[in-house]
Amino acid sequence: MSNGKSEQSETSNREMTGAEMVVQALKDNGVEHLFGYPGGAVLPIYDELFQQDSIQHILVRHEQGAGHAAEGYARSTGKPGVLLVTSGPGATNAVTALQDALMDSIPLVCLTGQVPTSLIGSDAFQECDTVGITRPCTKHNWLVKDVNELAATIHEAFHVATTGRPGPVVVDIPKDVQFAKGTYTPPQTAPRTSYHPKVQGDLEKIKAAVELMAGAKKPIIYSGGGVINSGPQASQLLRELVDLSGFPITSTLMGLGAYPASGKNWLGMLGMHGTYEANMAMHDCDVMLCIGARFDDRITGRLNAFSPNSKKIHIDIDPSSINKNVHVDIGILGDVGHVLEDMVRLWRATVKTDKKTLHPWWEQIARWRARDSLAYRMNDDVIMPQYAIQRLYELTRGHDTYITTEVGQHQMWAAQHFHFDEPNRWMTSGGLGTMGYGLPAALGVQIAHPDSLVIDIAGDASVQMTIQEMSCAVQYEAPIKIFILNNQYMGMVRQWQQLLHGNRLSHSYTEAMPDFVMLAQAYGGHGIRCEKPGDLDDAIREMIDVKKPVLFDCRVAALANCFPMIPSGKAHNEMLLPDEATDEVVANAIDAKGRELV
Amino acid sequence: MNAQLQPTGSAYFIAKETQQPETHTLSVLVDNEPGVLARVIGLFSGRGYNIESLTVSETEHEKHLSRITVVTRGTAHVLEQIKHQLERIVPVHGVVDLTVRAKELGQERPLERELALVKVAGKGEERVEALRLADAFRASVIDANTEHFIFEITGKASKVDQFIAIMKPLGLVEICRTGVAAMNRGPQGM
Repeated sequence: MSNGKSEQSETSNREMTGAEMVVQALKDNGVEHLFGYPGGAVLPIYDELFQQDSIQHILVRHEQGAGHAAEGYARSTGKPGVLLVTSGPGATNAVTALQDALMDSIPLVCLTGQVPTSLIGSDAFQECDTVGITRPCTKHNWLVKDVNELAATIHEAFHVATTGRPGPVVVDIPKDVQFAKGTYTPPQTAPRTSYHPKVQGDLEKIKAAVELMAGAKKPIIYSGGGVINSGPQASQLLRELVDLSGFPITSTLMGLGAYPASGKNWLGMLGMHGTYEANMAMHDCDVMLCIGARFDDRITGRLNAFSPNSKKIHIDIDPSSINKNVHVDIGILGDVGHVLEDMVRLWRATVKTDKKTLHPWWEQIARWRARDSLAYRMNDDVIMPQYAIQRLYELTRGHDTYITTEVGQHQMWAAQHFHFDEPNRWMTSGGLGTMGYGLPAALGVQIAHPDSLVIDIAGDASVQMTIQEMSCAVQYEAPIKIFILNNQYMGMVRQWQQLLHGNRLSHSYTEAMPDFVMLAQAYGGHGIRCEKPGDLDDAIREMIDVKKPVLFDCRVAALANCFPMIPSGKAHNEMLLPDEATDEVVANAIDAKGRELV
Repeated sequence: MNAQLQPTGSAYFIAKETQQPETHTLSVLVDNEPGVLARVIGLFSGRGYNIESLTVSETEHEKHLSRITVVTRGTAHVLEQIKHQLERIVPVHGVVDLTVRAKELGQERPLERELALVKVAGKGEERVEALRLADAFRASVIDANTEHFIFEITGKASKVDQFIAIMKPLGLVEICRTGVAAMNRGPQGM
């Protein structure tokens, strides 16, 4: 993390102000980009930023945008994302992004200004109890009252955010501490004694797991975001394990790209809007290997019908994730990369694979796959949203592409129809489901990868939650492409109203939609509108070629719904498939008893 | 996972627990730093766990360590989650379920003690009776004038409960209890 010894020794134990320490500590922790918004309580730090040029500050338009930009930055680089906001509203505006990062295990370091220590508790201007408010939405947080502890606290913050199960941290720095002079301590390797995440897995348990896997007739690997968080090496090891074992593999929304979508063992995403083959294989398997995923309710469907006949192995770095929702037979506590390394080694040493054993299982999977659960009916006059994603995927192949999304139907269509062959290419809000995540996240990704093609697959409703960051993208010449599947509805809300509430579409239609083309121009970006399937390819090519931020208003079929779907209260083997989802079936998918309980 | 689930017409379920809830006493060793208690109790309220009793004090001044004793109630599965969730808190050094540990050691329960201050006001016969009963409970008088006593009583929570119940008709004015302090029997530490 640090920049090297020479710089450290130069700065070690030097007298400086708190504000200087903040900037020095960021440099010593390898920070190159900082997303932020100034305000009264962080002015001394901003003054220091003004007087240096090794850290680039990105001025967002709202602190939530800073948080999501830092998340996109972190997720696409593997480095922590850093944001700097002022006290009071600056801190509270960042809360959504902090909780988002907590649920998706994204390393963020958020520095907040605070009113001077003498005013804390006096209801001073722009005062809020930042550590109190952010306590449940961070992995850990600190209020620094002594300038001599400031540097060590920031170093510890980076350590906590990036190790173990990664997550967001907050360091709250009162203004008088920023002015005060003290001694700077360089980053140290000795962490606090109470915090030591276990990375190495228990070898006996890994042995038992390999034995169980070797005897499986209907195995499946179910991997998640933990594989990506563990680093590129973990994805490589996962691919090796799949090749060695010949097991089929599916992944959560957060884990897409760890195993390539073009790989022959890939079943597609699982869960509520996962593929038929992935969910059926999860239901019928005899051995399940869960790697860095957490048996979320969007994955399991009805818990007491979840994969009833399988032995389950779970690798996770967080002990509270093991046996939380689903009882597992072998729980391996450790970092995915480390555990997979042992697992691959043991498999090579001890297992003689006869892939014929899995032949009947693969035949069964082929029958499920033949149901073609992602099929949709093409239309020559109206752009089907799935078609738009497919074309976007085809036309961006060969580019160095990163995809972010907002939250809703478009997000699920993107997960289903855009295919990822590498980790860290797919940034989405999985756990918290934050509408408005994608645009600022794309900005963060673009800042980290200035020459890459960064696309936010958006919905018309979500994108308006943080659209002001277009202004930021224009300022920093970040040519992000906002590809809006515009159906004028909050599509997923409407889909649920159709399923659960008798098609009463309460407030899920946006009657006054902005003209996205003019809006793009107003921000100084480029606007494109496309309404016909025949014009789509050219329009997408135009979007790719423009070296400016783009709002692409893709007018899609307004009433298309997202299938396949595991309806509420149903199990993996009770999916609603697109060719079966007539209006009547949709209206009756959830029984009367279920509806009463809503 | 130990629950019977009913569909609610959303992706969520109403769970009916099939396991019986048990009362357990947990010992949590933490760095004594600002906000650490708020982290612990915030975890309990945020995740819907129960706190029946809570005691906290610094135990090792040089190492800045505090010991928090929590009496909580939940099914075995929930108690396991509470332990793991507590261990995730950065300034938490360790969590021991004293009730589980006692069973492992072949004991019925851990040693648990509580201290209470009990103020009783009265005159004549009732006053004499209060003093006589306090003596029987080995409660000591720590303050008195001609119209009141303050008793200090130490013991299991049930003994303190009983003493308070007895004092009620004899002029009970106010009570202050510390909550449970607990540790396992035997030579080993937590």
